[in-house]
Amino acid sequence: MSEHIVKSFDEELERLRGAVQEMGGLAAEQLELSLRALLEPDPELAEQVVEADSEIDALEQRISQDAIRLLALRQPMAVDLRQAIAAIKIAFDLERSGDLAKNIALRLPVLKGFANRGTLETVARMGELAGWQLHDVLRAYSGTDPVLAREVWLRDRQIDDLYESNFRVYLTYMMEDPRTISAYTHLHFVAKNIERIGDHSTNIARSVYYLAEGVPLDEPRPKGADAKTAYVDPPAET
Amino acid sequence: MSADTKVEARDVSVYYGKKQALFNVDLDIDSRQVTSLIGPSGCGKSTFLRCVNRMNDTIEGCRVQGKIRLDGEDIHDRTLDPVKLRARVGMVFQKPNPFPKSIYDNVAYGPRLHGLVSRKDETEELVRSSLQRAGLWQEVEDRIHEPGTSLSGGQQQRLCIARAIAVRPEVILMDEPCSALDPIATARIEELIDELRENFTIVIVTHSMQQAARVSQRTAFFHLGILVEEGDTEKIFTSPTDKRTQDYITGRSG
Ligand SMILES: Nc1ncnc2c1ncn2[C@@H]1O[C@H](COP(=O)(O)OP(=O)(O)OP(=O)(O)O)[C@@H](O)[C@H]1O
Ligand SMILES: [Mg+2]
Repeated sequence: MSEHIVKSFDEELERLRGAVQEMGGLAAEQLELSLRALLEPDPELAEQVVEADSEIDALEQRISQDAIRLLALRQPMAVDLRQAIAAIKIAFDLERSGDLAKNIALRLPVLKGFANRGTLETVARMGELAGWQLHDVLRAYSGTDPVLAREVWLRDRQIDDLYESNFRVYLTYMMEDPRTISAYTHLHFVAKNIERIGDHSTNIARSVYYLAEGVPLDEPRPKGADAKTAYVDPPAET
Repeated sequence: MSADTKVEARDVSVYYGKKQALFNVDLDIDSRQVTSLIGPSGCGKSTFLRCVNRMNDTIEGCRVQGKIRLDGEDIHDRTLDPVKLRARVGMVFQKPNPFPKSIYDNVAYGPRLHGLVSRKDETEELVRSSLQRAGLWQEVEDRIHEPGTSLSGGQQQRLCIARAIAVRPEVILMDEPCSALDPIATARIEELIDELRENFTIVIVTHSMQQAARVSQRTAFFHLGILVEEGDTEKIFTSPTDKRTQDYITGRSG
């Protein structure tokens, strides 16, 4: 991309992109730490995640203000316009992702004494997948790479599938032993949060694709099973 | 050529003496739409505009090649009277240029010349309706016999637009009509352009990307005498295809 004749315009755009990347790094870290806190379990780490969320919120504020100022003062066109819009949209998705990570950390007190390691680890793996998605989509953003963005968008299906199968497992455990209902409900929320973070990464992937190509990514995406249809038969009455 | 094409330019090249100013331009101008012509200074926007009403004929040493059709009719046809053509294709210039006559006579001149009016009441009615459509009537109704040059710049430009529409043209060419106007006067002209679109085909040259984006449905980008890209205004300003267009509208040096 050639440079703007007005150099300060380039600097402003670069600063905006830098802030979005910084915010992306923070959101990815928050997800990673919240899962680690859950696995250890480490209440102090969870506390740290909850506190750090305000940093992401502040960055989002700054990005949207900077983008609005850029729109008003520079009246950007074409790729510059798309750049400003992408910053606002991506910052929104990252802020939501950060919130969801914080929400995972907030559930630690309930899940602290949780005995079923296996289900915890499955959730953590799902979280890891979501983390990779986030990393990749941020890489696509920093390289303005529509091919990688599209890959991320397609891959989201894996997280959705894991989310569905986890849900079935939880239903089975809860029916076997109603004393676990509270814990599994919270674990289900953790999984739901991770699944939502995955969705935000696909939103970001769409934003990056539009930024790069100037046309929306609107091919139909292969869709997995639907949570609404997940159903397990109650145990037969005796 | 589609049914909605008003002006069709095919393989148009223009020379000033030995210097070629336009290279093989193909461009369709849609009926009852605003088309804006954009591009760096000297790229040939005004030259192209002047082809459409054969104003280049009046420039010494200027030679136009290729075909231009108005409603499918070749405008260079021998049987076509250029004066009649210019009544069908009106022009508004960058600097408002009212005649050194009264406001009334500025508007009445063209219709009288082309025999569109004969009686005094007809003329009065046409002057009034033209000034109304140009959004100037209320401001000049009690000073209609004062000189046109006594108006402000923005008013003079609207007077020139009233003068252009008084002869009931089909196409109005505007060459940077707002470049000397303040934002309010500019907004009035832009609003007027939007209203005129109902009845006229409008081609506007502008150096303001924002103005092109605001007023036109189609945009054509010229560069060094070449028509680089042409399409829906929305597309040109959100995701142009050609790098030269992108560099120009985003203010990059290329
Ligand atoms: N009367 C003329 N005699 C000789 N050369 C001319 C004449 N009018 C225009 N040119 C040349 O033709 C080329 C195109 O000029 P034109 O006026 O069409 O550009 P333009 O796009 O309207 O520029 P601007 O935005 O500055 O008005 C330029 O190189 C110009 O110098
Ligand atoms: Mg010009």
